[in-house]
Amino acid sequence: MSELTLTVMRLGFLAVLWLFVIVAVQVIRSDLFGTRVTQRGSRRGAAAAGQAQRAQQQTAPPQQRQQQPGGRRADRGRRGAPTKLVVSEGTLTGTTVALQGQTISLGRAHDSTIVLDDDYASSRHARIYPDRDGQWIVEDLGSTNGTYLDRTRLTTPTPIPLGAPIRIGKTVIELRK
Amino acid sequence: MSAISPMPNTTNTTTISTAGAPSRRNTELALLAFAVLIPCFAYANVGLAMDGEMPSGLLGYGVGLGLMAGVGHLVVRKFAKYADPLLLPLATLLNGIGLVIIWRLDQSPRLQARKFFTASATNQLMFSALGIALFVAVLIVLKDHRILQRYTYISMVAALILLVAPMFFPAKFGARIWITIPGLGSIQPGEFAKIVLSIFFAGYLMVKRDALALASRRFMGLYLPRGRDLGPILAVWAFSILILVFETDLGTSLLFFGMFVVMLYVATERTSWIVFGLLMSAVGAVAVSTFEHHVQQRVDAWLHPFDAFKDGSSDQIAQALMAFGSGGVFGTGWGQGHSDLIGFAANSDFILATVGEELGLAGVMAILLVYGLIVERGVRTALAARDPFGKLLATGLSGAFAIQVFVVAGGVMGLIPLTGMTMPFMAQGGSSVIANWALIAVLIKISDTARRPAPAPAPSPDAEMTQVVRP
Repeated sequence: MSELTLTVMRLGFLAVLWLFVIVAVQVIRSDLFGTRVTQRGSRRGAAAAGQAQRAQQQTAPPQQRQQQPGGRRADRGRRGAPTKLVVSEGTLTGTTVALQGQTISLGRAHDSTIVLDDDYASSRHARIYPDRDGQWIVEDLGSTNGTYLDRTRLTTPTPIPLGAPIRIGKTVIELRK
Repeated sequence: MSAISPMPNTTNTTTISTAGAPSRRNTELALLAFAVLIPCFAYANVGLAMDGEMPSGLLGYGVGLGLMAGVGHLVVRKFAKYADPLLLPLATLLNGIGLVIIWRLDQSPRLQARKFFTASATNQLMFSALGIALFVAVLIVLKDHRILQRYTYISMVAALILLVAPMFFPAKFGARIWITIPGLGSIQPGEFAKIVLSIFFAGYLMVKRDALALASRRFMGLYLPRGRDLGPILAVWAFSILILVFETDLGTSLLFFGMFVVMLYVATERTSWIVFGLLMSAVGAVAVSTFEHHVQQRVDAWLHPFDAFKDGSSDQIAQALMAFGSGGVFGTGWGQGHSDLIGFAANSDFILATVGEELGLAGVMAILLVYGLIVERGVRTALAARDPFGKLLATGLSGAFAIQVFVVAGGVMGLIPLTGMTMPFMAQGGSSVIANWALIAVLIKISDTARRPAPAPAPSPDAEMTQVVRP
């Protein structure tokens, strides 16, 4: 065996060994941020979104999503998608929550994502979650005084337009970029 | 399909989905294939470097290792579907590389010329297969790790027997850590005791941790436990000192005491236990080394490794240090080092020296990282586990694994006195490889339970009430 071959093999082996370690670390990494974001064409996206919307109204909203470990990272680069939720009126004014694909629960229950200190809010008042296409949906959870999007009281899970006020008691929440 | 879409903002929809199936078995399979190929590459490399031709055993070796990994994977797929995808490939890689190093040292003429030389690669492959068999058995038999909780005190008795038994057998190489069965060979019960004992500690601490954590006084930033709560730690300490005195093995003693302290810390969240643990082990080790001759020798060899060349005692440590040194950063290449100068135990206790010489610093770091990743996955499993027993058991097992790697690597590299323990998965020795496969199996089982998605919520009774009742 020539000296050169052996040297190449020696360094090659180390490279392969390190490659394995790096791949293994990558697996852990994807364990932490286990998301994949795929851009869809507008036509198909609309169709799929419509389907998803209808499916959601018929069946129970997807419970599964909340239980999946790890945060899913929304694509921050895309246009028109909200990146944060801002409380604009009420005792919690100024509070922001980053939207990272997780379900946000609102209510007076202490395990809610946003614990509302509002006499007109129910303990489990509403929740805000992304549907399969990343569109954020607000759903009233059978609250006493209702959840309002703009002026209309919610009866079904409804997509949230950017900047539209969601009113819960004296608290107003909106999604912003 | 209606043309009206309820979505006002659909021009830039994105799909967000989890990467890969939640079970991640295919990731494991891909990594496993990689983990089998690397040792095969190493095997071919050794043959090419030492004899200038492809080794004839390559096919058999590759197929053997591949079969073992394949069987392990299939069983995990069937019986632990949601298990951690990294543990099995990492262990397979270490086992495969260990086999290559043992085979490489078998080829060394210098070792072949020694009086008690036996080629051990074939044996080791057989032991690895036995290890995989035990791995499979544990995965199949152990339906749920919480069953082990029932055997808390039985495992204490079993661990005591396993630890005490070697005292009644003759010392081998200066330490009494073997049970010799005439005609069959010898086993090192300490390796198995490590698993059984962590079951006991986990079960015990789960019940007692509140008493150990809450009843304490605060003094200088530390929570000092009450005197009577010191009982358990004192008992384990005394026991590990007894091991040190009667079995003259620092490694086993350190392993068990360290494991207990780690688990105690995790169970109670009190830093004071670590402080106490370190103090007690330091006091114990120093005290014993002053009067126990064998331990004394080990300490001397650690403090003055190069005196061996003057007074003619065993020069193993010196040779190991020189092997690390001559390896440099990138090593000499497979089969081209002189780590066989270590002589006795070159392929068991000192196996890391061969890695150091032939793969260099880069190789040693990679191997240590692989060990680190196994420990990390173990601790991650502990974090994810939902039941306190599983948490403690996973912590204990990965802690024991970590301490063992530290004790052996530290001993070979001259950081701490050398002990008679073996590098998990790599070193030659049946008990070690079999026990460590069982350990990985238990971790995989815990991680399967921990990562299994929660069952779908039961259908609400309200849904049934809305049905129309017909007369």
